Amino acid sequence: MPRTLRCLLLVLCVFATGAARAQLTIEIVGGGATTIPVAIVPFAGEGAYPLSVTQVVGNDLARSGLFKLIDAGGIVPRPARAEEIRYGDWTSRGADAVVVGSMTPMSDGRVEARFFLLDVVKQSLLAGFTYAVAPAQIRATAHRIADVIYEKLTGDVGVFSTRIAYIAKQGTRYELFVAEADGFNPQSIVTSNEPLLSPVWSPDGTRIAYVSLENKKPVVYVQSLATGSRQVVANFRGSNSAPAWSPDSAKLAVTLSKDGASQLYLINADGGGVQRIATSAGIDTEPNFAPDGRSILFTSDRGGSPQIYRLTLASGAVERMTYEGSYNVSPRHLPDNKAFVFVRRDGNRFNIALQDFATRQVQVLTQGALDESPSVAPNGKLIIYASEIGGRGILAAVSSDGRVKQRLTAAASDVREPAWGPLAK
Amino acid sequence: MQKILICALCALFLTACQSTTTKDAGAPVEERNPTTGAAGGATTAGTSTTGVGGTAAGGTQRNPLKDPSSPLSKRIVYFEFDSYVVKDEYKPMIEAHGRYLQANRNAHMTVQGSTDERGSREYNIALGQRRADALKKLLILYGATEVQIETVSFGKEKPVREGHDETSWAENRRDEIVFVGE
Repeated sequence: MPRTLRCLLLVLCVFATGAARAQLTIEIVGGGATTIPVAIVPFAGEGAYPLSVTQVVGNDLARSGLFKLIDAGGIVPRPARAEEIRYGDWTSRGADAVVVGSMTPMSDGRVEARFFLLDVVKQSLLAGFTYAVAPAQIRATAHRIADVIYEKLTGDVGVFSTRIAYIAKQGTRYELFVAEADGFNPQSIVTSNEPLLSPVWSPDGTRIAYVSLENKKPVVYVQSLATGSRQVVANFRGSNSAPAWSPDSAKLAVTLSKDGASQLYLINADGGGVQRIATSAGIDTEPNFAPDGRSILFTSDRGGSPQIYRLTLASGAVERMTYEGSYNVSPRHLPDNKAFVFVRRDGNRFNIALQDFATRQVQVLTQGALDESPSVAPNGKLIIYASEIGGRGILAAVSSDGRVKQRLTAAASDVREPAWGPLAK
Repeated sequence: MQKILICALCALFLTACQSTTTKDAGAPVEERNPTTGAAGGATTAGTSTTGVGGTAAGGTQRNPLKDPSSPLSKRIVYFEFDSYVVKDEYKPMIEAHGRYLQANRNAHMTVQGSTDERGSREYNIALGQRRADALKKLLILYGATEVQIETVSFGKEKPVREGHDETSWAENRRDEIVFVGE
């Protein structure tokens, strides 16, 4: 009982929104083998707004490593509608696709953003959308336009409208940030003088679960993004950690040591209904739900060294998944459930690797010295992870084929523990 | 000062919870229903446990936990890489702590396990937990009871040395004993 009271007395600042700090800067450090040449013509009327919508679209596409931006300047008159395109202008510049559009003020203060995506080779309209948005939503609208272009030209869902979470450490101060996928608009949602780790988004995008050591031990919290209010989900005797959401956002798999060793449990997102789901003599931790919710990948040392296993929830059957090497940890499913990424140690190096469920083929995706904490984008095409350069924590992203590489750094901060949010609804 | 305030608040809180104990509300020591611990008897209400009641020998002696010549002043156990085996050299120190807990049933401790910076954060939380549990097992062997020891893990989150070399790593692979109330 005194413990409960002391917990209540501990002060931890929880903010619904915070100052824009620890802004991430993204640079591409390796591109895809083939890139799609796209010309993005500045939208008619976009100069009236402080933010250039086409610049945000262009940056999104370029950063993906799958597109080459073709110079769109010097064409008079500047096209703004599909019917104003002269395809010859663009074939001569080598563009396979061209984007035109306009920004028109509306009488109610909103802005009408209209855009057209055209296939230069087939001389056809691929997409055309109109959005009526508040001026504050121009950035979000640009990400949506980039998502449409990405989907039409690559066949995969775009993730430019999604958000990421990560932990920044500055001196002895730990902050959990939520930012746009391109690193912009970071908002601090938790600040603590004790370590924060393992943030993970609820699949419905409304909450983030994380682990905090503010009570001198690992405790699992769930925090609402809309209100900033949070709830203790697991604070049992011993350590409480490694939260993972079920696909329906109703439950969490967690690692608890309350009954002895670190073992796996299911718990309701409000902290009720705790239920043990596996039993081993050693360590079981780092659960991650399959997209269909029927099985869980996790790390266990039951075979002597840490390896990845799969637990089928209905039967309780456990199957070992990794055999190569003596240290394979942190499994995360790809959304198509055909493969998983994980961290493997090779000598003194820790790298992100991908293993196919059917073939068991392993592909090492990264080459850093201390790569960890992978989190998969909701389209399965990019994996964000924590890395280190010169002793400082940075975030990096790699495409699931290993070809495209990005680096995300924050000035004067160690950044780590990235978590990719779900697709925007 | 904060601690004193917390203790005072805890005492008030406990008092408020116990409908049967009404007198002497301001006293820091009070009777509790002997539901936990075979020894029963007086326990402190708050977080401070040393030097009050219990079966400790010689109430006038100085606190053995703070005596630098006592093995009880030693609180750290170091581990090899990826290992949670407690080395023999620590057994005398652990035995002293186990015997102390046996003699002071109202004393409680937390064992905090830690790892070096290599590898997954969450796996290291589990590895640190395993190190703390290994120490607890020995303490119980030497006379402590389950309820006296909470084992927790800091994983690689709270290193005592920030370096990226074996010297730093070796110091970070540790268990630390912290008595409740210290």
